[in-house]
Amino acid sequence: MKKIVAVTLSMLLFTACSGSSDEGSSSSDGPVTLTLLAHDSFTPSESIFDAFTAETGITVNVVRSGDAGELVSKAALTAGNPEGDVLWGVDNTLLSRALDADMFESYQTPNLAFMNESLMRNIPGHEVTPVDTGDVCINYDIAWFTDNNIAPPMSLEALVSSTYANLLVVPSAITSSPGLAFFLATVAEFGEDGWQDYWKSLRENGVLVVDGWTQAYSTEFSGSSGKGDRPIVVSYSSSPAAEVLFADPPTDVAPTGVAPLTCFEQIEYAGILRGTKHKAEAQLLIDYLTGTTFQSDLPLTQFVFPVHADAVVPESFTRYISRPERALTIEYNVIAENRAAWLDEWSTIVFK
Amino acid sequence: MTPSPYPKSTRWLVVAPALFLLVFLAIPTAVIVQRGASVDAFADIIANNGFRKVAWFTLWQTTLSTVLTVACALPVTFILARFSFFGKRLLLALITAPFLLPTVVVGTALFALLPDRMHYTASAIIAAHIFFNVAVVVRLVMPRWSQIDPELIHAAHTLGASTARTFRTITFPLVRPALGFASTAVALFCFTSFGAVRILGGPAYSTLETEIYVRSVQLGDLNGAIAVGIIQAIFLIGVLYAMTKFGRHHTSPLTVNIQAPKPTGSGQKVAVAGIAAVAGFLALLPLLAVTWKSTSGWSQVLSSDTMRSLAVSARFAITASIIATTLGTMIALAIAYKTTSSRLLETITSLPLMISAVTVGLGILITFDQIPFEFRSTWWITPVAHSLIAIPLVVRTVLPVAQAIPQDLRDAAATLGSGAKDQWMRIDLPLLRRCLATACALSAAVSLGEFGATSFLTRQTYETLPVSIARLLSRPGDTQHAKAFALSTLFFVFSIGAVYIAETVRATRTKTH
Repeated sequence: MKKIVAVTLSMLLFTACSGSSDEGSSSSDGPVTLTLLAHDSFTPSESIFDAFTAETGITVNVVRSGDAGELVSKAALTAGNPEGDVLWGVDNTLLSRALDADMFESYQTPNLAFMNESLMRNIPGHEVTPVDTGDVCINYDIAWFTDNNIAPPMSLEALVSSTYANLLVVPSAITSSPGLAFFLATVAEFGEDGWQDYWKSLRENGVLVVDGWTQAYSTEFSGSSGKGDRPIVVSYSSSPAAEVLFADPPTDVAPTGVAPLTCFEQIEYAGILRGTKHKAEAQLLIDYLTGTTFQSDLPLTQFVFPVHADAVVPESFTRYISRPERALTIEYNVIAENRAAWLDEWSTIVFK
Repeated sequence: MTPSPYPKSTRWLVVAPALFLLVFLAIPTAVIVQRGASVDAFADIIANNGFRKVAWFTLWQTTLSTVLTVACALPVTFILARFSFFGKRLLLALITAPFLLPTVVVGTALFALLPDRMHYTASAIIAAHIFFNVAVVVRLVMPRWSQIDPELIHAAHTLGASTARTFRTITFPLVRPALGFASTAVALFCFTSFGAVRILGGPAYSTLETEIYVRSVQLGDLNGAIAVGIIQAIFLIGVLYAMTKFGRHHTSPLTVNIQAPKPTGSGQKVAVAGIAAVAGFLALLPLLAVTWKSTSGWSQVLSSDTMRSLAVSARFAITASIIATTLGTMIALAIAYKTTSSRLLETITSLPLMISAVTVGLGILITFDQIPFEFRSTWWITPVAHSLIAIPLVVRTVLPVAQAIPQDLRDAAATLGSGAKDQWMRIDLPLLRRCLATACALSAAVSLGEFGATSFLTRQTYETLPVSIARLLSRPGDTQHAKAFALSTLFFVFSIGAVYIAETVRATRTKTH
């Protein structure tokens, strides 16, 4: 009861404040509805925007369309005349495409003060704002390795050893964003001239390349619902936690593990779409998305880590997750320059 | 060439459909091609080794899939067209249902059914194509086959013709136009196949259509995508031209609404029962696989968002079906009543089949983006896109029947003093009713199962059932997947039920006439 009173009071206070500061904003007539474009994996708690609406009087209409690649392609096509006001979900592997298309308005939220400096390294112009991070890592089926009395692979190098022949399944770097992240991890690890030989060895060692992460993880991987027959897969550092939270019957032991040395850092960004008619309101939404309320909702709904230093990460989430101390990464401008050529070369090595 | 039976009133029939196709198909395509076409990209694509491999695979899998689909469909079509038997409507519903299912569901179900060594192979893709498209052949050929006067066949038998000879000299020539079109349709679906190739083929197998998608959406290479799209359109024009020539209908008036007899004699009975049992069993297998995987997902199925997608799917299907059936029938009648050059009309009608759905989707996205033509955020743009795909099917379903309406009947009515409107209401409409129902069902099916390129236009506020299922499947965790499979089961049952009800309604209607 106390809580409700406190919440109501703070809401009233906020409304009062924003009421006075709102005078200079672009739209004085009637309540504003913002359209937030996002990818299909954007799944916050159902009523997460109620607090924002109560604070600002702005309604948020979430429109999801396709995966991150699809989202960015659509937004790039409609740059300058966007389908929405704010976009959630361009990541560091796709960032170059978004920036080339000039689809965002620069904005610096006050919440940047609560974020780690390193998150800003790709975006000196502040076209987009970091909203969450995660890692794409090798996951393995713990039971399979125990039953077969083999040690699980701990590095990328290990995957080409005959011990792990025909055990690995990965999503394609061309059609899947974790697939691309894993490919970039191998480039980061073996260098711009070394990854080709590594992938040739992977192919000789019987790697299975499938279209998307879903197929890799849910169909071919032995440690998840599909009960496939490959015990090593490319997924996220948070996947073991998801396995526990959605387990049926319930369990408190993660069935899968993560190889921390194989992780590629994924940073997701949100940005204000150039051409929006509600720039001032869109900035408020960016503030909200990077604020503690929204950031604390991220771990258990979307299995990613918040970027706001004061966001709450529940124990039920951290217990099953070990974040890599030093994730592999490649600067976005290097990705921008080489992506097309790399992918062409990669598909020749893997499929031909 | 006989003169038009209704020269005055039907002259304007073609205007509305032509305008519709111009606005929602031709203009968006022109806009996107104008934005993305470049000579350099063309040269790059043609020189690209990977592209040649894709083109070759597209061609041979289309040919093989089409031949096998027709071979599998003919026996079932035969028993459904010629006989009435217990469970016929159910069998028809079971066989037609796969066509309504989203590829994501069928793909996953087939995955579970097929042995491991068939995963990510051309055989898996072809198996999926057969499973989907048998319905197309059955639906398009059965109405024609069932209208063949049994007296003709009796007469042939009486004169000593063998069953094979009767088929060759009587049945086959009469069903050939329908079979020709059905094969065209199947070939086009296989040629432009998207979901099945993406799911079952893995990244190593790609058709031109998936190549367009991957280039435009995943690689952000619009120029390359448009180049592939243009090459695909040229291929398709070739295929269509050859098939239209082969399928040119020289129709003779057919008797309509013939009551199919029960199978007589033990040989016939065994054949009918055998074919029905095998076909029904094969059609049921994926449903069983999906149901088996769904056990723990049912508790969550009746959630509000599920109900919402169900309602959206239903609304889209009804809207798309009304648009496609109305406009498609108008085109078919314009051709049948010879009001305009039929060659031209048939070409226009085939346009939606030639242009890659991804291209149209992208085109719509960048064409209708300015007030007062800001349509991208409206709910009806998706069913409109669905109806574009369905219109050619409707035309070809209605056309053969409309052309086969005997002019004698109208002449007789005219002699008895009935006017044009009266003739149409009393002669044409009742004879068309049955195929109109088929057209409605087919276009609703296209809309319900559509999970390819037009899902590009779908926004989450209007999430359809296939899109929900795909989203659930793309998240980790048993319960999410079980829920997706439960939804798929629901989808299966929903589709079978819809077809079954449509059939029952149609049957009672037919009886009252």
